[in-house]
Amino acid sequence: MPQAPLKPASVYYFGTCLIELLFPRAGLAGMQLLRRAGIEVIFPHGQSCCGQPAFNSGYRDEALGVARALLACFPKDIPVVVPSASCAGMLRNHWPELFVGEPDEAQAVAVAGRTWELSEFLVDVLQLQLQDLGEPIRVTLHHSCSARRETGSARQAEDLLGQLANVELLGHAHAEECCGFGGTFAVKQPELSAAMAQSKCEAIEASAAQRLISQDCGCLMNLGGMLERRGQDIVVQHIAEFLLERSQ
Amino acid sequence: MNETRQSILQRLRGTHVTGDHSGRSARSAPSHADWDSERLIARFSERQQAVRGEVYRLPRGQWLNWLALELPGRGLRQLLAGSGDIGRQLAAVDIRGVQLRTYDEPIEAWKQQLFEEVDVAITGARCGIAETGSLVLWPDRQEPRLTSLVPPVHIALLSADTLYPTLADAMAAENWAERMPTNVLLISGPSKTADIEQTLAYGIHGPKSLITLILED
Amino acid sequence: MNDTRQDTGRDPGGYRALHERIHDALGKPQVRDNFRRAMDGIRAHRAAQFPDPAYLADLRARAHAIRQHSLDALPELLEHLEQKLTENGIRVHWAEDAAQANAIILELLRTAGAHSVIKGKSMVSEEIELNAALEKAGIEVVESDLGEYIIQLAHEPPSHIVAPAIHKNRRDVAELFERFHPELPYTEDIDRLTGNARQVLREKFANADAGISGVNFAVAETGTLCLVENEGNGRLSTTLPPLHIAVTGIEKVIERLDDLPPLLEALTKSATGQPITTYVNLISRPRQDDELDGPEAVHLVMLDNGRSRIREHEELADTLRCIRCGACINHCPVYVQVGGHAYGSVYPGPIGSVLEPQRLGLEQAGSLASACSLCGACGEVCPVEIPLPALINRLRAEAVQSGPEDAPLPGRGRLRRPGEAIAWRLWRWLYTSPRAYRGFLWFATRLRALTPARLGPWTRYRSAPRPAARSLSELARREGFRNE
Repeated sequence: MPQAPLKPASVYYFGTCLIELLFPRAGLAGMQLLRRAGIEVIFPHGQSCCGQPAFNSGYRDEALGVARALLACFPKDIPVVVPSASCAGMLRNHWPELFVGEPDEAQAVAVAGRTWELSEFLVDVLQLQLQDLGEPIRVTLHHSCSARRETGSARQAEDLLGQLANVELLGHAHAEECCGFGGTFAVKQPELSAAMAQSKCEAIEASAAQRLISQDCGCLMNLGGMLERRGQDIVVQHIAEFLLERSQ
Repeated sequence: MNETRQSILQRLRGTHVTGDHSGRSARSAPSHADWDSERLIARFSERQQAVRGEVYRLPRGQWLNWLALELPGRGLRQLLAGSGDIGRQLAAVDIRGVQLRTYDEPIEAWKQQLFEEVDVAITGARCGIAETGSLVLWPDRQEPRLTSLVPPVHIALLSADTLYPTLADAMAAENWAERMPTNVLLISGPSKTADIEQTLAYGIHGPKSLITLILED
Repeated sequence: MNDTRQDTGRDPGGYRALHERIHDALGKPQVRDNFRRAMDGIRAHRAAQFPDPAYLADLRARAHAIRQHSLDALPELLEHLEQKLTENGIRVHWAEDAAQANAIILELLRTAGAHSVIKGKSMVSEEIELNAALEKAGIEVVESDLGEYIIQLAHEPPSHIVAPAIHKNRRDVAELFERFHPELPYTEDIDRLTGNARQVLREKFANADAGISGVNFAVAETGTLCLVENEGNGRLSTTLPPLHIAVTGIEKVIERLDDLPPLLEALTKSATGQPITTYVNLISRPRQDDELDGPEAVHLVMLDNGRSRIREHEELADTLRCIRCGACINHCPVYVQVGGHAYGSVYPGPIGSVLEPQRLGLEQAGSLASACSLCGACGEVCPVEIPLPALINRLRAEAVQSGPEDAPLPGRGRLRRPGEAIAWRLWRWLYTSPRAYRGFLWFATRLRALTPARLGPWTRYRSAPRPAARSLSELARREGFRNE
């Protein structure tokens, strides 16, 4: 985990390619939470993707090319906040590996060292305090594998939800198990991915939660799409959107 | 085959591998130097009992009495002992209803009887390990390896003052590395398996019962 | 069974075969149930052994260092091991590959006039397909570990490296026993089944001409073979028959006797959640002149079978630290869905996905690296800190990298498909061309109503995602967020 700086005046925001096109409201919610906490949020318009899809498919040259373009978006020595543990993990844990031996390796390593997943930034750096203005609601939290094991920021998501007095946070079975998204995995092993997603959906449905919250939109897209196909009412939402909705 | 040996070694020597050794000095083994005799005995007993081992504490001179009282009641009629001290002490007494057999000839001469007739065997133990509830046996001519393995019940005499906190302690204190015997055994309970539905079942191939008599002065 | 040995020309990497096996496995609800229950139990047992995260971290670091040292000093340690074993009276044999190992073992058996073998559990023996080689030579082989015995009766390969019959429930076992031991009354009671197994295998122990076992660790310092087990079959197999042949991979050597306590603890707690196995069996010599039991002859066959080549790869060599605990398998979300046979390889699960493509080559087994969502659960539990997810990812890169064919990893670059390579090039162009990317976002959002409802395999199981009406960049601009 990066060194916890004092509350910075401004941060870069990397929305991620998935959120850019498919879940922009989640991305915007994160920016609004930061702005409301007094942070100046800079959204570099050259941003696209962290390179992970190609990196996880073995196409490291192509991944490097795309990562390099993103790197150029963060020239200032200020934190980079990402509403996705998966992409934050890519920057923090895998950019150093990806850029090894490259002329811009030092810059990449530097950015990696100041990349934060949104929840951990809100809790560890901003010590964000939230007031719950919403009606009682039952939610369950899906920790993405990245939040658990790449950024280690699962606990911070729980902390944030724990601040909301009218939110009942329910657990569900086999919570530590992958939902089956895995990015390109869902495409390369569709039947296997679906089986994993089905197991996860069964567990979520059994929890009787009204909302499914997560730090990662990949997982939400996976589970939300399947829950919908299964005719379930449960609403899936990115944690930033949920926090914003409950606190304003 | 020497060629094979050479070519494998050559390949291995040709590769320079240096990995991360920083962890070697990491402290994971807790040192239980503060465990006194009572603590050691308690821990050993608790670990054995957790896996259905039976443990009894006896004054040193009482183990023969214990056998005389217990074996007939448990339906154990043929007792195997080695030819060492334990066997000699047994040979000097007569336990009603229990026939003593001494393991003093090569197994080939009497294998069938070992499998079919012996109900229970008794051995000593070189020492014990409290942390994991383990008996340490160094089988030898006087207490051969199969004594503690084939009969369905194994009784072990463990001297309370030979309990070490951990395996590492035992190895170090007794300098095992200097010369290892033919066979060293750590026995930490009766034989068991969980190969069917992950459900524990006892006495699959080794003894179904393991009884430790902790002898105290 | 070694399904990965299919016609790689028509199915390079084995993807199609893998998909079929996965499909089959997913269609067996009873077996999936068995796996689910088994994995839940094993995970809980392991967790109970490690209540203190700091302690666990220390133990893993120590085990890592010990095993890494073994790899660093492997040639010296093997020579030392051989010297000490030989001094102790244990004969050492070196085998390049499976064929050589089987030939050596057959020759030892032939010389001893052995016609029947009782076997302890050994993954290496599965790797070299020893049983088939022995049976072909007319030698009777009986597996003595209960799980191995069950799958031997069922004529199946193991589905797990520690619990080979984990996919079977009591009914399956009862039916097998009924078929092969009709003289015994039918029972589904686990205790009675266990008692039956004890009874039928006892005769085999008593009369086998030779015992064959694996090795958990081979200690160079003292010339000692360390075997761990719960059942007692290992001790019986290595004590009763007059001949004992142990088989091991060359990477299993460790330097010192006092390396054993941390490794044993790491192994048993990670594998089955036990602080120690029922028996730890340290063998240093054959029967001595004055001893009354034990094998008169003890041999160790040390197998390379690709290990020295794997060791040459700077990153992938970490694979060889493995102590075969199976923790990675137990925590894998893919394995719990499909079980071991779906991998079609000797070693299943995460360690299989890393080891088999290296051992067998990418053309044969490269697809195994795709049977993984990179969730990271395996790397988290590996007691010797093998970075399994990183190695799986590296294998994916090796599979499609165009590069020299004599690189250490067989099949390097051979799974690169022109279509996919072009797709990623296009992807890179799109995501590094700001105008094209913005154009793409504009079209995707404005024409979102045209998003097809069917998007290939994704929509077979889930509703299709749709682009939003406005991209995040547009929303950010609209909300007045700065650009730089």
